Amino acid sequence: MKTLATHRRHPAAVIVAILVGLLVTGGLYTVVNSATQARSAEQDATQILNGKKLFLEGCSSCHGIAAQGTQNGPTLIGVGSAAVHFQVSTGRMPLANPGAQAPQKPREYSETDIAAMAAYVASLAPGPAIPTAADLDYSDADVAEGGELFRANCSQCHQAAGRGGALSNGKYAPNLMEATPQEIYEAMLTGPQNMPVFGDSTLPREDKQAIIAYVETLRASDDPGGWALGRFGPVTEGLFMWIGALLLVVACAIWIGAKVR
Amino acid sequence: MSTSQISPVEQKGAGVATYLDERVGSNGFLRRNLNKVFPDHWSFMLGEVALYSFIVVLLSGVYLTLFFKPSMVEVIYDGPYIPLKGVKMSEAYDSALNISFEVRGGLLMRQIHHWAALFFMTAIAVHMFRVFFTGAFRKPREMNWVVGVSLAMVALMAGFSGYSLPDDLLSGTGLRIAEGIVLSIPIIGTWASFLLFGGEFPGTDFISRLYGIHILLIPGILLALITVHLMMVWVQKHTQFPGPARTNNNVVGYPLMPIYMAKAGGFFFLVFGIIVIIAGLVQLNPIWIFGPYTPDQVSAGTQPDWYIGWLDGALRVMPNWEIQAFGYTLSLNILIPALVIPGIITTLLIAYPFIEAWASGDKREHHLLDRPRDAPTRTALGVMAITFYVLLWIGGGNDIIAVGFDLSINSVIWALRISLIVLPPIAFVITKRICLALQRRDREKLLHGRETGQIMRMPNGEFLEIHAPLNEEERAKIIAKPQVKPLPQPPETDSSGVRNPKLKKDKRRAKISQFLFGDTIAAPTGEEIAHADEHLAHEVIEDAPVMAEEEALQIAHDGSVLESPGTSGKS
Ligand code: HEC
Ligand code: HEC
Ligand code: HEM
Repeated sequence: MKTLATHRRHPAAVIVAILVGLLVTGGLYTVVNSATQARSAEQDATQILNGKKLFLEGCSSCHGIAAQGTQNGPTLIGVGSAAVHFQVSTGRMPLANPGAQAPQKPREYSETDIAAMAAYVASLAPGPAIPTAADLDYSDADVAEGGELFRANCSQCHQAAGRGGALSNGKYAPNLMEATPQEIYEAMLTGPQNMPVFGDSTLPREDKQAIIAYVETLRASDDPGGWALGRFGPVTEGLFMWIGALLLVVACAIWIGAKVR
Repeated sequence: MSTSQISPVEQKGAGVATYLDERVGSNGFLRRNLNKVFPDHWSFMLGEVALYSFIVVLLSGVYLTLFFKPSMVEVIYDGPYIPLKGVKMSEAYDSALNISFEVRGGLLMRQIHHWAALFFMTAIAVHMFRVFFTGAFRKPREMNWVVGVSLAMVALMAGFSGYSLPDDLLSGTGLRIAEGIVLSIPIIGTWASFLLFGGEFPGTDFISRLYGIHILLIPGILLALITVHLMMVWVQKHTQFPGPARTNNNVVGYPLMPIYMAKAGGFFFLVFGIIVIIAGLVQLNPIWIFGPYTPDQVSAGTQPDWYIGWLDGALRVMPNWEIQAFGYTLSLNILIPALVIPGIITTLLIAYPFIEAWASGDKREHHLLDRPRDAPTRTALGVMAITFYVLLWIGGGNDIIAVGFDLSINSVIWALRISLIVLPPIAFVITKRICLALQRRDREKLLHGRETGQIMRMPNGEFLEIHAPLNEEERAKIIAKPQVKPLPQPPETDSSGVRNPKLKKDKRRAKISQFLFGDTIAAPTGEEIAHADEHLAHEVIEDAPVMAEEEALQIAHDGSVLESPGTSGKS
């Protein structure tokens, strides 16, 4: 016992222990992984085929039969599965009619169909992938850090409370209160339309998670001051003053000033 | 209870009064002032709303000073609001958060203070409209109008300085714009800005400087000006609307004690109560959402409070003009909307009573108010100014409007630019027409009576509507219409044939006078009125017998005037 205990305290023991641990987990992982990979390769192939079919039906008129792009739509080669998932699951794609900006609509494809098309587009060339469950797990994220990042990177377009804002020529940054964590992650990853791309070099995964945590906090938080008037700021507050409060006071003035008959 | 029996309470009261009177001679003062009469109209209470909300602002402000720390020293937030925990911020913002989340009643007080400030500004605006549209600024009250405009300007500064104190992202952005405006002043801009901010914006001095201004200097000025303002109302007595027995030489109303005092006191608590209820229920300026100010951040939808909105709107709507000369830039895009336009508006506002007096040559005192329709050009000018103001104000929210109504912000700006030039004159013309039409209708009513809505069929099958004389109140209002004549064209030469040396000036004055007072519907002469009265009385008596019974009854319900001839008809 005593010898073992002394060995354990030896500095090299820590390194050895770590090395052993790594080897064991790494070895196990390779074994398990290659087995699943073999099984899912087939599935992937059918999914891609499916996606291609859906793509040809619904998207190729604008994006071209090989997603190479046409006059009506940009190329999708290299946009990655995240872009497809974001665009189609928020209903932006398929585009109904050209305008300043593709608007959100009720989505037209099921989650499986979207995954299929995403897989197809991803198979054409590597690009940002749909975030994994681990990517989207923001439970450990630092909300306050997320708030800082949100104010520094997002609020100039989406407003401090995430209620959206105007951009030039009819374009706009939408209200974020309806977006799911996955959509927020994908929006940052792919930079749809007039939104800049926040790749992993600008905003690493933890930062993205922090931002998501902050947006979720904003969404869930009560307004301690009462009715927030949409959190639009002084414009709605001023409107309330003139329309609600002033009328109330004037009504009182008329009441008090009324002649006693 | 007979008056000779004096209760112990009254005895005590009399004792105190005598004690005071023997020392400061207060009885004469009180008798003179408590018997003062104050006329009654709801619009005369708008000034009071301003006064009362100012009191609420003062009271709630004192509470806030107990906890607010006007310092730009950087601290790390460690309060209960988790989304900001560990964030670096100024002590000012930290203490504002502390007031919001930790101080008992702090958030309510912050919201009372801010809502009361909004009430204050709104009441000032509407009070000013009332004074303008009724011509209450005419002699002898011109000076009080000037005091009023100064109050409005100082109140704007009070609001802006307060909005800038918490050092959140919104207030910092507002200050950044203010700095931009200071910088745009030719020649001294940069130095002025350095002086103001103690170096490069935002520096570390500004919040504490602003604090002194906001809690000491501005309230002091406001208090002094309000005192002068109210003393002038007191000494000059309040104006009144025309009505029966109201003349330019009397004041008809309630004595200050007890009726007016009771009404005013009650109204104070109403205003106070409304402010507190709204402050308790409606969130205002949630600084914790905006985050601490840092110069490199700005949120979309950043707006000032409504009363600064028109200035912000002017900045937003202005085309981006700049002049580059001799290595310097003259930023017309900022100078014009932020300094030139407000300068012109303020000057016109202060000057208006004097312009009107000069153009009419009218030296009389005016204690009877105008009904807005009876001064069509003034009313139209007012509506024109308000239209211009409101358009600028809308400009301040152009981005919110674009998002809210799914419009392009560029088209909103262009629509506003065009509207700012086109709409005010249209508003002028329409308002003037409406005023003149109302005057015409008044004249009709005076001469032909009020339409009763009762149709009578003549024996020859013709239908006629029965007219009834106006009641005393309405009649007095219409007859009181002022007869301001525009100045005549100046003679080219005087009686001895010498050319008038000031001809050009006099001509211009006559032209302005014609513009301001030329258009009006001639009021009926005394003779015409007498004639019309006779005719009306005649019509009523003659017509009465022909009416069916139920009609006669209806008339009796509707206007007392018709009662007697209708029922005592000679069938
Ligand atoms: C009516 C034409 C049209 C149709 C149909 C259409 N798209 Fe698009 N799509 C566009 C246009 C135009 C854009 C570019 C939008 C922009 O950036 O403003 C676009 C953009 C995209 C993008 C983003 C590209 C990028 O660079 O990030 C994706 C992904 C996409 N479309 C996927 C699809 C999919 C999947 C479908 C079928 C379900 C589809 N689109 C159907 C016109 C169309
Ligand atoms: C330059 C302005 C700009 C910035 C900065 C910006 N966005 Fe966006 N964002 C946009 C625009 C424009 C769209 C709409 C794109 C579209 O319709 O395809 C958008 C869309 C989104 C959406 C999709 C909303 C929905 O309901 O479908 C999310 C989520 C989003 N942004 C999150 C973010 C986050 C998080 C940040 C900060 C890291 C950010 N954005 C920064 C302009 C911006
Ligand atoms: C701090 C803001 C102000 C306060 C507290 C205030 C208060 C009052 C009060 C209580 C009255 C008497 C009641 C009434 O007529 O409503 C009054 C009258 C008056 N006010 Fe103000 N006022 C303010 C701002 C202004 C402004 C901005 C103007 C005009 C530019 C103005 C011009 C006048 C005039 C001319 C009168 C006399 C009205 C009359 O006798 O008919 N005031 N004010």
